[in-house]
This record gives sequence, C-alpha cells and structure tokens, in this order.
Amino acid sequence: MGGTSGIAEACARLWAERGGADFALLGRSSEGLAAIAADLRVRDPAAQVDVVTADLADPETVDATASRFADAGVVLIAFGALPGQAGLQADTRALAESLHLNAVAPVLWAEAFARAAGNRTCRIAVIGSVAGDRGRKTNYAYGAAKSLLATYVEGMQHRFPAGPVIPVIVKPGPTATAMTRHLPPAKLAPVAEVAALVVAGIEKGSPVIYAPAKWRIIMAVLRHMPRFVFNRLDI
Amino acid sequence: MGQAQEQKTILQGWGRLTADPHRVVPVPRDGAAFPAEKIFACANGRSYGDAGLNPAALALDARGLDRFLSFDPESGVLWAEAGVLLGTIQRNLLPQGWVLPVTPGTQFVTLGGAVANDVHGKNHGQAGSFGCHVTRLDLWRSDAGVVTCSAQENPELFAATIGGMGLTGIILRVGVALRRVDSGWMATETVPFSGLPAFFNIARSREPLWEYGVGWLDCTRADAPEGVYFSANHSQPGAPVSSSPVTAPAARLSVPFALPVSAVNPLTLRLFNSVYLAAQKRKAGAGVTDMWRYFYPLDAVANWNRLYGRRGFYQYQSVIPWQGAEAATAEMLAAIAGARQGSFLMVLKLLGDRAGPGMMGFAMPGVTLAMDFPNRGDATERLFQKLDTIVLAAGGRLYPAKDARMPAGMFRRGYPRLDEFLKWRDPSISTAMSCRLMGW
Ligand SMILES: Cc1cc2nc3c(=O)[nH]c(=O)nc-3n(C[C@H](O)[C@H](O)[C@H](O)COP(=O)(O)OP(=O)(O)OC[C@H]3O[C@@H](n4cnc5c(N)ncnc54)[C@H](O)[C@@H]3O)c2cc1C
Ligand SMILES: NC(=O)c1ccc[n+]([C@@H]2O[C@H](COP(=O)([O-])OP(=O)(O)OC[C@H]3O[C@@H](n4cnc5c(N)ncnc54)[C@H](OP(=O)(O)O)[C@@H]3O)[C@@H](O)[C@H]2O)c1
Repeated sequence: MGGTSGIAEACARLWAERGGADFALLGRSSEGLAAIAADLRVRDPAAQVDVVTADLADPETVDATASRFADAGVVLIAFGALPGQAGLQADTRALAESLHLNAVAPVLWAEAFARAAGNRTCRIAVIGSVAGDRGRKTNYAYGAAKSLLATYVEGMQHRFPAGPVIPVIVKPGPTATAMTRHLPPAKLAPVAEVAALVVAGIEKGSPVIYAPAKWRIIMAVLRHMPRFVFNRLDI
Repeated sequence: MGQAQEQKTILQGWGRLTADPHRVVPVPRDGAAFPAEKIFACANGRSYGDAGLNPAALALDARGLDRFLSFDPESGVLWAEAGVLLGTIQRNLLPQGWVLPVTPGTQFVTLGGAVANDVHGKNHGQAGSFGCHVTRLDLWRSDAGVVTCSAQENPELFAATIGGMGLTGIILRVGVALRRVDSGWMATETVPFSGLPAFFNIARSREPLWEYGVGWLDCTRADAPEGVYFSANHSQPGAPVSSSPVTAPAARLSVPFALPVSAVNPLTLRLFNSVYLAAQKRKAGAGVTDMWRYFYPLDAVANWNRLYGRRGFYQYQSVIPWQGAEAATAEMLAAIAGARQGSFLMVLKLLGDRAGPGMMGFAMPGVTLAMDFPNRGDATERLFQKLDTIVLAAGGRLYPAKDARMPAGMFRRGYPRLDEFLKWRDPSISTAMSCRLMGW
C-alpha cells in the first residue's frame, strides 16, 4: 500500500531477490508503480507483479480491495506524507487531510486486511515513525498521526497474541527517500539498510521495528526525559 | 526545498587526494529542466582521481537512478538506469544464468561509470572493453534534451560517450548485452613466476585456453620480481547455477577510519607482499572458486583505500603497445625500485586487439600495468615524471579513471582522437579532470 514509497520499493527488491514472492503494488500513480513493477520483474522473472491504481485515502475503496488481496501473506502499509508543521497550524483543512492520510487511512487498511485474512496467517506491517514516540514542536501533526498508528497496531497485537494476523509497527528514523530530499544527506540512513531491517523484522514478527536499530535507544532516552528538560531542546 | 542545493557534501576520488565540499543533487528521473549552470555527473566514486569531481560546478549524483527497466532472456540484453551497480546486476541475473561480459576489479561501479570510462576486465583479449557490449544509451544533454544513441542512431555521439569521461551528457539509461553462464563457479589456474619474461610467457601461453587472466607482481625487489598469474574460465556445464553463491560474501574486513599516516611503507610492503605471494603460491595449480572471489578480491576489505592515510594515494595505470612492452615494463619496474616507492602489488594484464567503439577508450593491444603509491608529494611526482617518459617513448598512454595528475600534453599524445571528441562535449559539463586535461 503506497507501492511507490522509497522504503516499500527497497523492501520489495529484497523480497524479489530472495524469490518466491508475488506482488501487488497499490498507489495513486500508475506510471510510478509500473516502473517499479518492471524493476521487480527483472529481479525475479517468476514473480507475478500486479499494479493497482487506487485512492488509498478513500475509505470507499478499502474493503473491496482488501478482499481482492485477502490471500496476501504480507501487507506493507507504507503511504504517508511529511507535511510542514507551520503550514498545518495555519490551515484547518490541510491539517484534517494530513491527519486523515497519515493516521486514519492506514488503520482502515490494517483493519480491513485483518478482517479479510480470516484464518490465514497474514503479517500486517504499518510504517509509523520515530516521530510518533514523542511530540515535538517541529512536526507534531505528523508525529501524532504516527503515534495513532503505533497504538492501533499495539491493540491489534493484543487482540492477536498468537496469530493468525501478525501486526507489526515499523518506526524508521530519518531515511533517504523522496520524502527527505530536502534534508542533509549525511543525517539520513540509506534506504536499503532500513529495508533490510524491515524485511527481517516482518519475517520474525517483531512487534516493533526500529530502523536503524539505534533509534530504539535514542527514543527511549527522549521518551523518558523530564518535560522541563525536553521542552528546552531545540529539536 | 531550494535549500537542498545549499548543502555541501565532501566528494572524494577513491585515492582520497582531495576532500572538497560540493553541491550535490540527484539526477532527476523525469524530463526536468536541465540545470542552468555548469554541472557534472558523479556516481559511486571508484575513479581514483578527479574524473568525478569539480568543486566549482553542481554535482548531479546518478546513484538514485537505480532501477532495472527490462531484460530480454532471448537476446540477453539488459536495459537499466545508469546508477545501477554492476554488483546488483551480477547478483540478480546470475541466478537466471547471465552475467556481465566485462567487469572491472570491483563490483561497486555504476553502469554510467562503466560506460564513461569504457572499463575493461581480466578478459580483454576475448571480450574487449565494456563498450563493446553496450547496445544503446539514453543521454541527457543541455543543448538537446534526452538523446538516444547506438551504433545505428547518432553513432558519433555514441562513440564519443563510451569512454567520454561523462563529458558528453548525463547518461540516464544503458543497454548492455549480458553473456550466458552455466554457474557462478570459475575454474582457475594459479601459476607462480619470477621475472618479467616469465610473466609474458605465461600470460601469452594461457590466452588461448583461459578467458580471464591477471598477473600480480611484487617488485619490492627489482632484480627478481616475483609474481603469480591467475587464469580462469567460467566453469563448464555440469554444476548447476543454484549450487554457486549468488551473492558476494559480505566484506570480511573493514578499515573504519583513515590512518593518520600511510600504513604502506617499504617495511610493511615487503612483509605484505611476501606473505601474500607465499599464500597464493601454496594454492598453485588448478582450482575452483566463485566469481565474486575471482573478479572482486579487493572488495573483501571495505574501505581499503583508507590504509594509505590522510594524504591519500595515487594509482598509476599505463598501457604499452606490444612492440617494446616488455622492455618498457622492465624499465618502469627499475625506476620504481630505484625510487623505493613500491606499491602493494602491481597488476599486469594483457589487452587484446578487439577495438572498442569509443573514441577515447583507454584499452589498446598491449600490456597494462597498474600500481598504487602513497602520496609523498614531490617525491611521488618526480617518480611519475620518469614513468611518463618511459610510457610516452613506448607509445603508451595513461588511464583517466585512475589519474589525478597526468600533464595535458601527455593526454593529448595518448589520445589521438581528442579533437574529434571535443566536438561532442556538452557545453554545460565540466569536471576537475576535464579542466586539467582539456582546459575547461
Ligand atoms: C578497486 C578498484 C578496481 C578497479 N578495477 C578496474 C578494472 O579492472 N578495470 C577498469 O577499467 N577500471 C577499474 N576501476 C576503475 C573504475 O571501474 C572506474 O573508475 C569507474 O568509472 C568507476 O565508476 P563509478 O560508478 O564509481 O563512477 P565515478 O568514479 O563516480 O565517476 C566516473 C566518471 O564517470 C562519469 N559518470 C558516472 N556516472 C555517469 C552518468 N550517469 N552520466 C555521465 N557520466 C557519468 C563521472 O562524471 C566521472 O567522469 C577500478 C576501481 C577500483 C576502486
Ligand atoms: N523517509 C523517512 O525519513 C521516514 C521516516 C519515518 C517514517 N517514514 C514513513 O515511511 C513511509 C514511507 O515513506 P518513504 O520514506 O518511503 O517516502 P516516499 O518515498 O515519499 O513515499 C511516500 C508514499 O506515500 C504516498 N503518498 C503520499 N501522499 C499521498 C496521498 N495524498 N495519497 C496517496 N498516497 C500518497 C506516495 O505516493 P506517490 O508516489 O504517488 O506520491 C508514496 O507511495 C511513510 O509512511 C513515512 O511517513 C519515513
């Protein structure tokens, strides 16, 4: 879901290189998805790669699409957008749309796939973010949406302690993709490195994947920092 | 978003001789407007000197163009974006029974870089250079937009771009004809030798039987250089593809940071060379190895270039035509031993007479010698000037992919089609190397 996402593409490459997987790439840009599908077909000529154009933010498309791909072994819900916080503070409508895209829409997909899976094992990985671990002045609209995803997945994990649905929340740190093109490259993790951790974590059924792994420690420190210290940090 | 252009990134050649900040932006995937300033393409930084540098221009990083576009299992032609690494091609296509027909000594080179320097491998006698297998290029030019070229379509631009040092446009997409193999295993033969004449004898006698061949030579002792010759063939039918390693082993060692001074000095050199050669000689005779170890032995140590310390190092790679090759090589070895500036191991390869399509390709029939020297400033340059004299007198030339210092006059004499090439340069593209060798 969000097949053109840089992180999702890098994960798909790893699955294709390993072989034995078929793919359905869902997203809004048929051209963008087709290019990735072509790449995956070269990596694994035996893979069937379907491209499905859909408005992922539209609740009306969710149930039918999830039933169509009910036999998916892994669902990676990757779409999302990093808005400018200041712009959202000044624009109610844009804020509502952003919260819908980053928080509401992904959980609708997660829930629908969980329902569609029935008794089949299905790993549902939702990409949250380290930004969801503690609200910060520079991106709390995005962070709050990501923390909703984490709490939602946590609830699903409580509901399915032993499958058949295996819910996973992925929390990447800053990663080099189209989303972060405006940030200094030195501060970004290579997308292939993040994808390797995501793919391995999904396989193991890790409930929470931090990628790169150092973010688990950094965020633990930030989460436990007293408010009077945290509020003075310029981050 | 505009602020991306303001951030600076240090770009270095593999020899780490300079460390200048550059403005770097990705090559856009779709028909964006060509930047209205001087630019150049940079890729995976495996050229040793200043081929992929220019602090005065905007760097367009091609590594984000990393998608395969199509592969035709009938013809073996792969069509891919220019930032795809050669190792990625090997890893993904080997399980399907195909590999690159020509590969340099590291897998961490992009398709665009392989075209721009028209790289050669250990099988030049049979396969020629990389350009011999390129079927088509899509080139993005400041004055013409995206132009397709091949041997049929825009053939001069095609010939100028192969080996064109990235100066004829940004290479967006590359078509290359792969070759079939039965597996990733290589049958090998390891033969120790002493003395240069022995090298030439062995190398020539192995050519008809073995597709690949390379000699490693220790010349810390000029009087009796010792070496090992490694030949290989893709292994014969029988071993299924699935039985051979389809990925390179992860680098077993890594040099985590640059040493303050070079770890390469006469003492460590002598030690390393003799230990290494002794280990290889123990393996003398017939053997089997996987293609990762045969093609890319240096990739086993990540960042080995940091061993040479903060001042960096030079690689000097020449090719000398057959006539006089043996004498000129002996003279070069003597000059190096005399200057007591030996290099880890020298690499000697025969290049065959299959002409590449590029106007500026480095390879020509003869023998190529490559060696690394820690940067010791003037002393190193004085040695290079002696070597230049020998190379020029023998009608040879130096390889731009490895170069950081050759004089413009030597470049002009070595590359007789330079004037023809200049007509095809993109007026918006220049590199530190093109400024040094061509004036802009
Ligand atoms: C350990 C090692 C072993 C090597 N062995 C060999 C060998 O056996 N044979 C051999 O021939 N070479 C060899 N090389 C050299 C190497 O193959 C070349 O320098 C190659 O060009 C490096 O490619 P790159 O992707 O790193 O490009 P860079 O070094 O980043 O760039 C090289 C040149 O290509 C241009 N360029 C890159 N991408 C594009 C693009 N998309 N469009 C236009 N121009 C572009 C740049 O402007 C620059 O001029 C070796 C290098 C190393 C480090
Ligand atoms: N990159 C990071 O640093 C980072 C860090 C933490 C978390 N994440 C999260 O990781 C996930 C993947 O991001 P990425 O880094 O791979 O970024 P990306 O390459 O920019 O991908 C974003 C994806 O979201 C889709 N999308 C954006 N806006 C949309 C909209 N309005 N409607 C439908 N689809 C939309 C994009 O589709 P189009 O291609 O059609 O635009 C694309 O598929 C996101 O959830 C992101 O929040 C990223």
